[in-house]
Amino acid sequence: MKEALMPLLEVKDLNVGFNTAEGEVHAVNNLNFSINAGDTLAIVGESGSGKTQSLMSVMGLLAENGHAEGQAIFKGKDLLKMSTSELNKHRGREIAMIFQDPMTSLNPYLRIDKQMIEVVMHHQGLNKSEAREHAVEMLRAVRIPDPEERIRQYPHEFSGGMRQRVMVAMGLLCEPDLLIADEPTTALDVTVQAQISHLMNALRRKSNTAIILITHDLGVVAGLCDRILVMYAGEAVECGSVEQIYYDAKHPYTQGLLASVPRLDHMASKEMHAIPGNPPSLMSLPKGCKFRDRCPKAHAACEETPPMQLDEGRHAWRCYLDESA
Amino acid sequence: MTKTTESVAIDPFEAALGVSDVKGRSPWEDAWHRLLKNRAAVVSAFIMGFIILLVVFGPMLVSWESDFTDWDHTSAPPSLQSGHWFGTDAVGRDILVRTLEGGRISLLVGVVATIVSLLIGVSYGAIAGSFGGVTDRIMMRVVDIIYALPFMFFVILLMVVFGRHILLIFIAIGAINWLDMARIVRGQTLSLKNAEFIEAARASGVRDWDIIRRHIIPNLLGVVIVYVTLTIPQVILMESFLSFIGLGVQEPMSSWGALVSDGAQDMESAPWTLIVPSVFLAITLYCFNFIGDGLRDALDPKDRL
Repeated sequence: MKEALMPLLEVKDLNVGFNTAEGEVHAVNNLNFSINAGDTLAIVGESGSGKTQSLMSVMGLLAENGHAEGQAIFKGKDLLKMSTSELNKHRGREIAMIFQDPMTSLNPYLRIDKQMIEVVMHHQGLNKSEAREHAVEMLRAVRIPDPEERIRQYPHEFSGGMRQRVMVAMGLLCEPDLLIADEPTTALDVTVQAQISHLMNALRRKSNTAIILITHDLGVVAGLCDRILVMYAGEAVECGSVEQIYYDAKHPYTQGLLASVPRLDHMASKEMHAIPGNPPSLMSLPKGCKFRDRCPKAHAACEETPPMQLDEGRHAWRCYLDESA
Repeated sequence: MTKTTESVAIDPFEAALGVSDVKGRSPWEDAWHRLLKNRAAVVSAFIMGFIILLVVFGPMLVSWESDFTDWDHTSAPPSLQSGHWFGTDAVGRDILVRTLEGGRISLLVGVVATIVSLLIGVSYGAIAGSFGGVTDRIMMRVVDIIYALPFMFFVILLMVVFGRHILLIFIAIGAINWLDMARIVRGQTLSLKNAEFIEAARASGVRDWDIIRRHIIPNLLGVVIVYVTLTIPQVILMESFLSFIGLGVQEPMSSWGALVSDGAQDMESAPWTLIVPSVFLAITLYCFNFIGDGLRDALDPKDRL
């Protein structure tokens, strides 16, 4: 493959800000990451760490008071510089997005078939019956029972898990090159969570779709992703393969995050681990390391912003820790 | 799509309930079923239907002309013998015919002015809401300014400049009523714009116009329908008020408001001239309000206790 050297999506120096009445909110600061065709990347972090907004800006879905600087090169073209109509040629067909809440992501007044066919007809130029057939196939792939019948129903006649599967099916309808899934399993039962991640995995293998998974659930990540990007206060603090992050986390924030995952094999009497304090306000970010105030290992050097450090195995982290420890 | 054979009774409960056909039931159908269970609304709808039929076809069936003056029976009380079942007014005109013909005007004003305010209000509010930003701010300030104009002053001004004409009543009422509609629709559009399914549609590359047509408008309909049924009686009442104070419909045409106004003058000598049109007016207003209430409960079951 000729394009093997060029990543499918490369985000460079992305900054996302929002103008609010109280001042400028810096939601994403100097974010860099890339993903290759067929790869899976998880972006994890607390609420408000900028993980959703960074990808919303890539999709051109920022709120009216938001603005993004930097580059998001998708197949050689910068998505951030495109007009809405240009972007509409890529959205849905080449890049699809699955949203967090299955209960509100479907229009309650339209049958499932209308909502699904709309996308296929628009992007693939299929006629109505072909589009419907395709949609039924996709519903079958996500294991909706009796898809020929269920496709004529309305969203309120589906359970939450089924709706999310419909959302996944809609995301994959046009066999996109890149699927962005914003906490696709957060609102679901654990059993359904597993089904959905199996499903996304299977479909990825089938159509070589790259997946970016936004989540705060480290359990889901382990089953689905190759690489993990950890974000804190709008910055990337660590990035590496699943093994590197899980067994050899360098950044104290990542370590804290992993330690905070509740585990079934721990006694209920044992106190749960939590990272003390709160993330800094995105209005007035502190100088130096953003995690300094909550970091158990902070020291004088942390007053300066640490540079990203990279080892041979593509494991990167933004911390001075190594020199002082 | 043709029905496949597997669709027969998937589970025993469905078979027992007789709903084996899995064809989906839309939120509209659900609302319709809830509406049918609301007795007040259903009864009101029937009465309203009856009044509309009476008003449209009644004058053809009653043997009196509305402008015929029966000099033998002036200010005659209701009686079967004279043929004036609901009596006559001071110049001997049959009250029943006049009331039915007045009802035509009243209902016509109610419906036409509501449609006018619906068309202006929905498009204005939807545009302001979907574009947002500066456009929205300017458009809504215009609404605020028109709101601040005193209604009576506006009507009297129109009458003075253009003379008295029934068309002016439509214009005057429509010009005021679309403001509420625009505000309601704008608010709904704003909250819909951030709904996830709209975002999902945008994320899958659906054009703006298609989003408004397929996603925003159907979700606005419920609110709009309810508001329409509550606007019609409001408009009828407004017209009656204008006619009552003499600014509305002019002789020989009449409306319920004009008849009530006439009747009020002869209240002591011929109370039926006041009672008959008042009863029609009151029943109509009640019915519309009950229907509107029923629709609101049916379309938005979350707000119901």
